[in-house]
Amino acid sequence: MPSDQLSTVFGALADPTRRAILARLMEGDLTVGELRSPFAVSQPAISRHLKVLEGAGLISRTKRATARLSHLEAAPLMEATAWLARYREYWDESFERLDELLATLQRRPGQ
Amino acid sequence: MPELTITAPRDVPFIDISREFDAPRDLVYRAYIDPELLAQWLGPRRLEMRVDRWDPVDGGAWRYVHVEKDGTEYGFHGVFHGKPSPDGIVQTFEFEGAPGHVSLDSLLLEERDGKTVIHTHSVYQSVEARDAMVQAGMADGLREGFDRLEELLGRLVPVG
Repeated sequence: MPSDQLSTVFGALADPTRRAILARLMEGDLTVGELRSPFAVSQPAISRHLKVLEGAGLISRTKRATARLSHLEAAPLMEATAWLARYREYWDESFERLDELLATLQRRPGQ
Repeated sequence: MPELTITAPRDVPFIDISREFDAPRDLVYRAYIDPELLAQWLGPRRLEMRVDRWDPVDGGAWRYVHVEKDGTEYGFHGVFHGKPSPDGIVQTFEFEGAPGHVSLDSLLLEERDGKTVIHTHSVYQSVEARDAMVQAGMADGLREGFDRLEELLGRLVPVG
């Protein structure tokens, strides 16, 4: 994924309402009306959030009869998570090894 | 295990890391500044670490390589700026797989109740360069599964 697209994904994820929308879509596809119900925001506001999520490739929307269904797209999310996860893994493992080395060095003072 | 904190704000090209170690500051400093010790901990266990050059003086160069079992090498190099001390080690950092993307890394060791906290602050040339650099570390593909999704959604996304 190009890094500017990754920035778009992170931008989309930075909003708590949008994260809540994604979490709800994990259960299955929903219409704007269904998505709106737990939030204290207007339908146009939800639609704006959906537009941002769609722009980031995090959801896709299909027309079924008169309702428009939102569908969670997993791939960009996985890449967005992997972005920092791999970095974190590198340092987590390095620092775990440093813990061990420091413990060894402290058992052998003067060396 | 002490918690590793990584912060990568969305709008500024920084990455900050901090982590506590149960050891005195001088020893942690030695583990970083002595190339023989550095080679024993830096990088994933599955990779062999080879330090080609590590000259921690003002203007001194450094280069190390992580080597895969199949012989693939990931090289990194840079230069130390200023005289390194536990109060600050400043160095440039370049992954040879992404030439031209140079970051300025500073590391400082904070003593806290007989323990030591490592703080690193990396400044990239741009947000895009930072993201590309971190992504380059994902060269062997995306191994993270969907199970991380919950964690991602639940926790504040690390974008500040």
